[in-house]
Amino acid sequence: MTSFHINGRLVMVDAEDDMPLLWAIRDAIGLTGTKFGCGIGMCGACTVHVGGRPTRSCVTPLASVAGAEVTTIEGLEGKHPLQTAWADHQVPQCGYCQSGQIMQAASLIKDFPAPTDEDIDAVMAGNLCRCMAYVRIRNAIKQAATQARKVAADE
Amino acid sequence: MFKKLVFAVVALGSLGLAGFGLLAWQPAIAPVAPPATVSFAPELVAKGEALAGGGYCAACHTRKGGERFAGGYAMETPFGVIYSTNITPDPETGIGTWSEAAFARAMQKGVSRDGSHLLPVFSYDHFTKLSDDDVRALYAYFMTRAPVPTERQPNGIPFPFNIRYLQAGWKLLYFRAGRFEPDVSKSSEWNRGAYLAQGLSHCGACHTPRNLLGAEKSGNAYGGSVIDNWVAPPLTAANPAPTPWTQEELYDYLRTGASKVHGTAAGPMFPVVQGLGALPDSDIRALATYFADVDKAADRLPYVSGAVSLAMSSTLAKEGAPSDPDARLYIAACASCHYNATNAPLAARPDLSLNSAVHLADPNNLVQVILRGISAKEGMPGVVMPAFGSALSDADVVRIAAYLRRTRTDLPPWPDLAAKIAAIRRQYDAAK
Repeated sequence: MTSFHINGRLVMVDAEDDMPLLWAIRDAIGLTGTKFGCGIGMCGACTVHVGGRPTRSCVTPLASVAGAEVTTIEGLEGKHPLQTAWADHQVPQCGYCQSGQIMQAASLIKDFPAPTDEDIDAVMAGNLCRCMAYVRIRNAIKQAATQARKVAADE
Repeated sequence: MFKKLVFAVVALGSLGLAGFGLLAWQPAIAPVAPPATVSFAPELVAKGEALAGGGYCAACHTRKGGERFAGGYAMETPFGVIYSTNITPDPETGIGTWSEAAFARAMQKGVSRDGSHLLPVFSYDHFTKLSDDDVRALYAYFMTRAPVPTERQPNGIPFPFNIRYLQAGWKLLYFRAGRFEPDVSKSSEWNRGAYLAQGLSHCGACHTPRNLLGAEKSGNAYGGSVIDNWVAPPLTAANPAPTPWTQEELYDYLRTGASKVHGTAAGPMFPVVQGLGALPDSDIRALATYFADVDKAADRLPYVSGAVSLAMSSTLAKEGAPSDPDARLYIAACASCHYNATNAPLAARPDLSLNSAVHLADPNNLVQVILRGISAKEGMPGVVMPAFGSALSDADVVRIAAYLRRTRTDLPPWPDLAAKIAAIRRQYDAAK
C-alpha cells in the first residue's frame, strides 16, 4: 500500500512497490491524461510532476513516491499559461505527447524564466513528438514564458 | 639443553595463554527484572531518542519490513554474514534483562551482558567515546521502547572467527577504550562535531578503510571505502569532487539530504541523514565544522566559484556533437532534469559536472543511483529520480557512465566499468 497526494487529493494504491507510477495513475486512479509511450523513460509522454519536478512516471517505482505530491496534466486545470499558449499556437497535431510536453515545459519555464533556444532544446529533447510539432512547441514555450514573467512582474 | 628450551617455550606459552585468558575473560552481569518505563525521567528518554537518531541505531538494528530496533538486519562482511541483534527490551530475545551497567559495558567496551565479546561490526570502538550521561540517556530510551520478541538467526561466520574469546585478541590489537577527549586548541563547536563524528555517529565505520582483520586503519581516517557496492567517499582533502565540501555544503547535505553542488544522500547514507534529523541544527553545524576542517575546505575556498565555472564550461567543450550516440542517449534519458545553463547550476537540477558520484574513483554510486533511482524520502525531500534499472540495459548504463566520466571530469576512465555494473545489477535484482 502506497499513499501519496495526486493533484492535491490523498490516494492509497494497493499494488506492488515496483509497479510503475504511470500504471497507478492510469489504471488504479483513473487519470488517463498521462500517456504511455515507450515504457523506458526515453520519450517523455508519461511526464508528471513529483514534488514540482518533471518525472518520467513509466520508470518511477510506485513506492518511491510514498508521501510525495504528484501533479498530472489534469492538475493544471487548463489554466496554465502553457495551456493557453498551446491553444494559441495550435501546437498539437495528434496530441498524444502533449501532456508530457506541457508538464516538462512547465518546469522549464520555472527553472529558466527567459529560456534560450539552447535551454529549450536541452530540456525538451527527451520529449519526442512523432508529428514533428517541435517548432510550434518552442514558440508556445516562449510565449508562455513571456506571459509568466509578466504575471510575476505584476504581482 | 634442548629439554630446557622446550620447557621454557611451553612455560612461556602457557603463561601467555593464561595471561590472554585472564585478559579475555569478562564476567557475566547478572540479569535484572526489566525496569519499569516510569522509572526513567521523560527528559532523559527524550535525550536518548535524539541520540539514538544521531547514532542512526535503527539503520542496522532493524531488518527490512521488521519492527524498529528488533534486529535481524543482515550485514555482509568479508568474514561472513552477521545479523544485528534485537535491542528492544524483550527479556528473552532483546536487552530486557540488561542492567544499565551491562548496557554501558557493551557500548564502551564491546562486551555482551553474558560476558562474551561483541563483534566489531557493532561500532563499540566509536561508542566507547560516548559520555556516561549520553549512554545513560540511550539506555533510558531503549528500555522504554515496546519489547519485540524475535527469533535469532545464527551468524554465518566461519571458524575461527566465530570464537568470541578470540575477539579479545582483536581488541588487544585495535581497540582502546576511553571517553572522548576534547582538543583544547579547537573551538567548542569543532569539539562537539568531533565528539559526534568519532563517537555517536561513528562516521569512520564506513568512511575509514579497514585492514584485513576488519579494523579501521588508524593512519587513514576518513580515507574512503567501498561497502556493499556503495562508495563511502573520502571525507578528507583527497575527496575528488571539483569543489570542496565547505561547511555550508556539509551542513545542507547533512541537514536536508542534498547539497546543491555535490549531490544527494542516497543508499546507505540516507538512513544516516534521516537519523541525524533527530539532532538539533547546532549539532549538524558542529559536524559540518569538524568535517570542513578534516577536508581542509578553507584552503580551497577562494577557488569555489572558479571551480564551478571551470567544471561546467569544460563540459561544454567536451560534450561533442549531438550526433554522438552516447550524447543522444544521455540527452534522451538524463538531460531534461540534469541540464543547466553554464555557470548557473540550479539545486533542483543536480549538475553532473560538479556531482561527487561522477568524480569518485569507483563508478558504484553513480551506477547504483541510475539503476535504483532516488525515492521521495531520500535526498531532496519530496522529489524523485526514476529508477532506470528496468529501462536501461547494462550496455546502456556503461555508455552513460563512461560518457559522463569522459565529458564531466578530467579524470581517467573507470576501469572494469562493465563488471562493476554487472555486480550492482545482481545486487539490484536480488533485492527485488
